[in-house]
Amino acid sequence: MRGQGASAPAPLSPAHIARPRGDSLALRVIAPVMRLVEIPMVACQRLLGINRLAWVFLAPNLVLFGLFAFLPVILNIAYATTGGADVLLADRPYVGVRNFALLGDCANYLDPNSCREDKFWRAVWNTTWFVTLQVGIMVGFSLLTAIILNREIRARGFFRAVFFFPVLLSPVVVALIWKWILQREGVLNAFLDWTGVGGYNWLVDADWAFGWSVFLSVWAHMGFYTLILLAGLQAIPRDVYEAATMDRASPWRVFRRITLPLLSPTMLVVLVLALIKGVQTFDEVYAFTGGGPGTATTFIIQYIYEEGFAGAPRLFGLAAAASLLVAGVLVVLTLVQLWLNRRSANG
Amino acid sequence: MTNLKLFGTTALALTLAAPAMAQEIRFMCYSDGNECEVYDDVLSRFEAANPGVDVIVDVVPYQAILENLPVQLAAGTGPDMAKITDLGGLNQYYLDLTSHIDTGYWDNSFGGTLGWYRVGERQGYYGLHSQLTITGAFVNATLFEQAGVALPGPTATWDDWAAASRAVAEATGTPFPMAIDRSGHRVAGPAISYGAQYFDADGNGSFAGFDAFAEAFVGWNNDGTFARDVWASQGGATYQDAAQEFINGQLVFYYSGSWQVGRMDSQVGDLFDWQVVGSPCGPAGACSGMPGGAGIVGFEQTQHPEIVAAVIDYLAQEDVYAEVAARTRNLPAHLGVASKGVQFEGASPAAQAALNAFAADLPDVSPIAFAYQGYPMNRAMFGITVERLSQAIVGELSVADAAARMGDDLAAALAESK
Repeated sequence: MRGQGASAPAPLSPAHIARPRGDSLALRVIAPVMRLVEIPMVACQRLLGINRLAWVFLAPNLVLFGLFAFLPVILNIAYATTGGADVLLADRPYVGVRNFALLGDCANYLDPNSCREDKFWRAVWNTTWFVTLQVGIMVGFSLLTAIILNREIRARGFFRAVFFFPVLLSPVVVALIWKWILQREGVLNAFLDWTGVGGYNWLVDADWAFGWSVFLSVWAHMGFYTLILLAGLQAIPRDVYEAATMDRASPWRVFRRITLPLLSPTMLVVLVLALIKGVQTFDEVYAFTGGGPGTATTFIIQYIYEEGFAGAPRLFGLAAAASLLVAGVLVVLTLVQLWLNRRSANG
Repeated sequence: MTNLKLFGTTALALTLAAPAMAQEIRFMCYSDGNECEVYDDVLSRFEAANPGVDVIVDVVPYQAILENLPVQLAAGTGPDMAKITDLGGLNQYYLDLTSHIDTGYWDNSFGGTLGWYRVGERQGYYGLHSQLTITGAFVNATLFEQAGVALPGPTATWDDWAAASRAVAEATGTPFPMAIDRSGHRVAGPAISYGAQYFDADGNGSFAGFDAFAEAFVGWNNDGTFARDVWASQGGATYQDAAQEFINGQLVFYYSGSWQVGRMDSQVGDLFDWQVVGSPCGPAGACSGMPGGAGIVGFEQTQHPEIVAAVIDYLAQEDVYAEVAARTRNLPAHLGVASKGVQFEGASPAAQAALNAFAADLPDVSPIAFAYQGYPMNRAMFGITVERLSQAIVGELSVADAAARMGDDLAAALAESK
């Protein structure tokens, strides 16, 4: 007996495989190759049994996944528990949870100035505000845009393309475009000077720089979420709207009682995706403001990058600890998304 | 027949492999101007004189030298040699050239700059200081002339220059009176002139005495004397210069360094008259700039230490060094070359005068500045300076809090680096 393999049905021999009539050239070429592949497969099945054979097929993916997903996480945990400025793990002293303790050393978490790692907490609060504003505004605008683009308006295809276009741009391109517009001698100030209003140094003012970062991010990403919401809107059966029209329901009532409830599963997915993406914000804002003025637009991923890679000495341990905390937040958000997806799929 | 085939195949393989057996040296190089191009050219003569040696100059962005090179070295995958600016910080990886060079010649030629590459017990001969720089100020003389304001004299203080630059900017409608590059290295000279010590009694890094300059600098940024765009529009320790504003004629007084001369020469041209006025004086009595520059070092992990040492020694020879200095328009750190003077190739009279003015400023450099340049933790201190001063400028921290944070950050950095 060879385990489960013993009860498995005997594999068919190549001679038993039915061949389609009128073999094409492709089949004639592929068939001998497949027969060659079949030989080790049959041997594997006999050796391992049909149930364990699944692992053979999964193995290449598992190896890649382990190498590029699990191993980095394990390494990240290892780095987070070590100190010093050396790159190689073997040269780094074990410090336990010291890096986490440093990050959490705060008299008042609402006041970064009272924290040992004030830059971390500034980045945390900046990210929190950014995500709140960006996600709120973006989902709202995406919904509005999707509703408009779902109507029979003139040049609808063109407008759909226009709103989606920024999604296709590289984050650095997005940042440079808006930097050229908003810098002291940029397009916006030239226009404001021309109108007599007078320009303003937008990117040197902390509040304006933060506000423009939110705007830039919404502009760059809302097309993607608009597309998802548009698909959600188009999935709502037309007859429900027709029934509401016959009942003389007002447009607002239709929106509140039909559109929003039926769109809510899609909205929730959009919300969670936008939250995850918002927490991960780095490249476009980094290229746009460099995190400044001061730390006004420094978000958590930039903090990790600067502590681990750009600063001197390179604090890999602190950066790894911070990235694990971010990973924790992202895992929670991902679980929420999975739960919502499952709930939505179950009706 | 089989033996004949085997012999034939082996001979063919050896023939094909012959070029790969040449001793190949990889030189990671970045340019402020045309340095790598000139090195490539000069080293082709070395290759011609040493058949079988191939020196490949890999031109990389400066960022790669700062961020990628240390990681490569730590991982053991670095180049054989490189042009670097973190002179003391990478000491642990340096190839000691002592047994391969004439140390007497090196001592006589490079004097004090050799010390910038030495740390702790590693007191060998590591780096050829290829590019000596000194910080100092460029002024737009045309704007001064248009405003009818006299240029302050050689012993003028930062306050004198601030007053004069403001007057010129006001009279000529120039947006910015003054600017200084967003860099911890650039503010070091002025800070020393204001009393910064940069070292404690034990020789460890310290920000003691930095607060006087911090107070003045933050005030100047907030009252419009200094261009806020330079320091306040960036985050982290990101470098930002103001050369373009100066070139565009929007800046009266620009504090940067000798490496900008080539750029000024080629881009300002005859748009306006500019000149170098060195480093203003501060209340502590010093008128110090900050020395610096770049050096060429070999790395211990090279497979060809003799060749790497020979290449560096070749570049250190007076005639070669003088040629490179002239062609790249850099101040020489080689004392023999400096004493004979350099006729910088293709330099306009203004550029030649500017380089001479920078060279003349070298004696005023404070010993603290020289020591700071060679301090292995200076990069950490530069970064801390930029981050915390910027926060004070934009109002996230008071000057006192920023100074306190600088001390804390440095203590943490020193602890992590032990």
